[in-house]
Formats: sequence, C-alpha cells, structure tokens
Amino acid sequence: MSARIVHIAANTFREAVRDRVLYNLIAFALLLSGAAILVGQISIDIERLVVINLGLTAVSLFGIVIAIFIGIGLVSKEIEKRTLYTVLSRPVRRWEFIVGKFFGLTGTLFVNTFFMSIGVFGALLYVSHQFQKADGWVLVALYFIILEFVIVTALALLFSSFSSPLLSAVFAFALFVIGSFSEDLRGFAAMAHGVTHWLATCAAYLVPNFSALNVISSVAHQQPVSGQLILYNTAYALIYAVMALSGAVVIFEHRNLK
Amino acid sequence: MAAIEILGLEKTYTVGFWRKKPKQALKPLHLKVEDGEIFGFLGPNGAGKTTTLKLLMGLVFPTAGTARILGMAIDEPRMKAQIGFLPEQPYFYDYLTASELLNYYGQLSGLNAKLRSRRVGEVLNLVGLPDIGGMQLRKFSKGMLQRVGIAQAILHNPKLVFFDEPMSGLDPMGRREVRDLMEQLKHEGKTVFFSTHILSDAEALCDRVAIIHRGELRGVGAVAELTSSVHGQVELVWQGTAVPASVQGFGAECHVTGDTVRAVLPEDKQDAAIEVLRRERLRLISVTPVRASLEDYFVQKLQPTEALAGAQP
Repeated sequence: MSARIVHIAANTFREAVRDRVLYNLIAFALLLSGAAILVGQISIDIERLVVINLGLTAVSLFGIVIAIFIGIGLVSKEIEKRTLYTVLSRPVRRWEFIVGKFFGLTGTLFVNTFFMSIGVFGALLYVSHQFQKADGWVLVALYFIILEFVIVTALALLFSSFSSPLLSAVFAFALFVIGSFSEDLRGFAAMAHGVTHWLATCAAYLVPNFSALNVISSVAHQQPVSGQLILYNTAYALIYAVMALSGAVVIFEHRNLK
Repeated sequence: MAAIEILGLEKTYTVGFWRKKPKQALKPLHLKVEDGEIFGFLGPNGAGKTTTLKLLMGLVFPTAGTARILGMAIDEPRMKAQIGFLPEQPYFYDYLTASELLNYYGQLSGLNAKLRSRRVGEVLNLVGLPDIGGMQLRKFSKGMLQRVGIAQAILHNPKLVFFDEPMSGLDPMGRREVRDLMEQLKHEGKTVFFSTHILSDAEALCDRVAIIHRGELRGVGAVAELTSSVHGQVELVWQGTAVPASVQGFGAECHVTGDTVRAVLPEDKQDAAIEVLRRERLRLISVTPVRASLEDYFVQKLQPTEALAGAQP
C-alpha cells in the first residue's frame, strides 16, 4: 500500500477520534452494563442468550450508524470545505484519497468494535460467571459484523462521491435495511413470475446480502458457524466492497471540484 | 524551459436543471510564464482567475486544451511534488494543530520525518506564527489561516508556487510580509504565479502580468513596459498654496494639498511654467513625467472589446 494511503487513513482515523466518535463507547458501555444487571435479575437460564443477542445487535447498529454518518461526509465534506484542494494539489492521486479514506473509517470501526467486543464478553462473564467453548462463535459473529461495516463504508463512500450528505444517508440506510431482508427478497423473487421475477431477482442480487452476514441469533443459541460460510461471507464482502469502492473511484476520478 | 505553458486551456460548465445551458468560464487561454519570474494574474472578481488555477491544479478538467507545468503534464505526480498551491480563502482540517497539519502535508509531499520536523518549524517562523504550532486551527483567525495556507504552500520547498489571492484577509503588516516573502522566493530562484485584483500589490511585485476578464485574456506584458508609456504630460510640485494665473493659463490641472501644489500640464509648457514659478519665487520640489499606471492599463483592458476596437484609429 502506498505511504500516502496510510497517511490519509491515519488522518481520517484521527479526525474521527478528535470529533469524539469513540464517545459512543460510553453509551454502549452504559447500555450493556445496565442490560446485564437487569437480565441477571429477571431472566432464568437465558441470560447468555439475551446478552449475546442484545450485545451483538448493539455492536452492529452503533457501527452501522457511525459508518453511514461519517462515511457520507468523507468526500462531500472535503469538497464543500475545500480541504481537498491542498491535498490533491500534492502528489496524491484521486484513487489514493478514496482508498485512504476507506481504510481510515474501517480502521476506526475496527477499533470501536474491538472495545465493544470487550464489553460484550465482560457482560457475558458477568451473567454466566465463566466462558464456554461455544462463546468462541461470538467472535465469528463479530467478524461478520466487521464485514458488514466494510460493505456499508464502501457504499457510503460511493454515494458520498457524487451526492449530497443527506441523499447519501438516505441511500445508504435504505440499502442497509433492504440488504438486511435480502433473503426475504430472494424468496419473493423465487415465487414471482415474468418481469416481476427478473426485477426482484436483480434487486435481490444487487443489494448487499446482510442476511447472510447476520449469525447473531444462531451463535446466541450456541450453534456453530460453518467454515464454508465464513469463507463465502469473507469473499462476498470483499468483492462487494471492492466493487463499490471502484465505483466511487471512477466517479471521483472524473468529478470537477468546483 | 517555461515554468508554465498554457496551450488553449478552456472550460465550459453546463448549468441549469437539465444541465443543457453552457457557461464558458474560460475562453481558450494561451499563456507562458518564464522560470524565476513573479507573474501576476489580474482580473476583477469572477474573471476566471480561480478557474484557471483549478485547471492547472487538476481540480477541474478542461473542456479543451492542455497545459504543461515545469515541462510535465498537469496530472503528473512528479510535477505536483515540485509545486505549492494556496487556494483562495483556504480552509483546513480544524481538528488539527498547525504543526500537525503541516506535518500531514509534508507526509503527502514525500518529505522524510527529519526534514518535515525541521521545515514545519522553519515555515511557521517564516509566516510569522512561530509560537502557535500547537494550537488547533479552529481557534485561528482568518489572517492566521491565510498564513498557515502560505506555510503549507512553501513547506516542501517547491520550484513553483501558485497563490490564489494571497493577500486576502491580511492586515497591512501581513500584506507587507507576504510581499517580502514572494520577493524572497524569487531571490531563491523560484517562480511565483499569483492571482489578485489588488493592483498595487501586482505593480509592486510582478515582473509580468496578464489581465483576464470574463474568461478572456485581455493583455500580457512586463509591468515596466505597460506603465512606461508617457502621456505627453508632466507633473510639477511646488511649495506653497499660491497658483499663478499664468500657470493655469497653460492648461494645467492644479490641486492644493496642505502646503504643496501639484499641477499637471502639457510637456511643451514645462519650461515656461518653471520660469513662472521662479519669477514668483515659489520653491519647485519636483518635475516628473506622467506615466500610465497599472490601474490605467487594467481599466483600459477591461473595457468591452468592441469599444476598444472603435477607439483605435
């Protein structure tokens, strides 16, 4: 990776930290510790299930909100504030800027998820007093959540490269919601006929398949995740993110910065 | 080799809801800036100065034409490592301190850590901000941001510097310091290309200027040549408040300011007027030919093309 991409990524991470993005960890910690104490008092034998479900869902939602709200401004804010002028007048290629921004935000989300994961495991230990072998699958669920963030960040960057922050947020949220129900969309496409079948099939394969990346419920029930799914999801998320990022680069390479 | 060679660079934007209405921001521009000169790019607001600079920086893409900077294409990273750019009314990452910002730009320009550390201190000192490198930019005034902008443009010791309205937001002392800095850059053998609509700055600094208006180049030349044309008139200045009637009779325009009188009169009446002043025992202070100022040239070039054509014999 070029040194310039690393410097741009590091600066993006620093911006997120200085803009107090990681303060969300405080809200997360309060939510999770409150839930763990409450669940410990009212649940019988399902404390682990509730804590894993609640914890991982919170990790996912907090991260998605950060990915979208920061991601949509990564390019448009730089154009609007003209901070980009003094960057692109240096030996920095436009694609390096986009890729650096992408790594900066995914790095921020990774660090954020790391600290949240410590919180999830802490709450799990609090309610069950000891770890079990099946808790290892929680790590896989967290890995899939990070893959979700990679896709959402790439999509937010794609929208940010040609649209206003408001529209970008709408597009990104809409895709996240539709993508979360992509299995249902595929089911509908299979049942439909004629033009509807083709349209629904196209839509189902075009939107990101977040259903496949969501294994929260099964790991909460201590069900294992197959190695094949891990490989498939990894390849899928990387290919999807690279395609979205390539789209962002192509658009940004031809954009006049008025 | 010319530092900048602009070959028919042209920019047309499409405006309107359906983007069908063309708006020509820059008509085909041909311009050459020589190595080591201070070149002023003059024009009123909205003339096309910033568009030209953005085209040269690769921030917008030309509709037609091309340009070469330091002999290289405008999208060549090797060229960009050798130029500096101050945008108009610059805005920087306000969560960074001045030192952090310059360090970041130094990294992007490929400076190693040791050189960066030295240059950041040097340029902050050079722009008059030696003690506030640790202050976040969100606390900076407009003038201080302008100084940081100049610092980042010269941080990596570029061969060629582009300044877009460098005096904007600066107080008189700041403007003086920037003028001194530009002269120092020239002394170091660097080329300076700057846009401005403040003619006194251009007249004081530039070797050559170009005048642009409504996206069209209206004139190019050396400042000394443009301002050397004599109007066939002289200005006499003498002490006192008295204006002899015979001097007025020579067709002189007289202005009394404090205890001096300035009179502009035809060159052929100069000797006769001096003789009158001697006779009246008035103390002559100076006799100077009236020359065209850069402002005269600028105003003349801004007149519509048709009017100029009609005025010529």
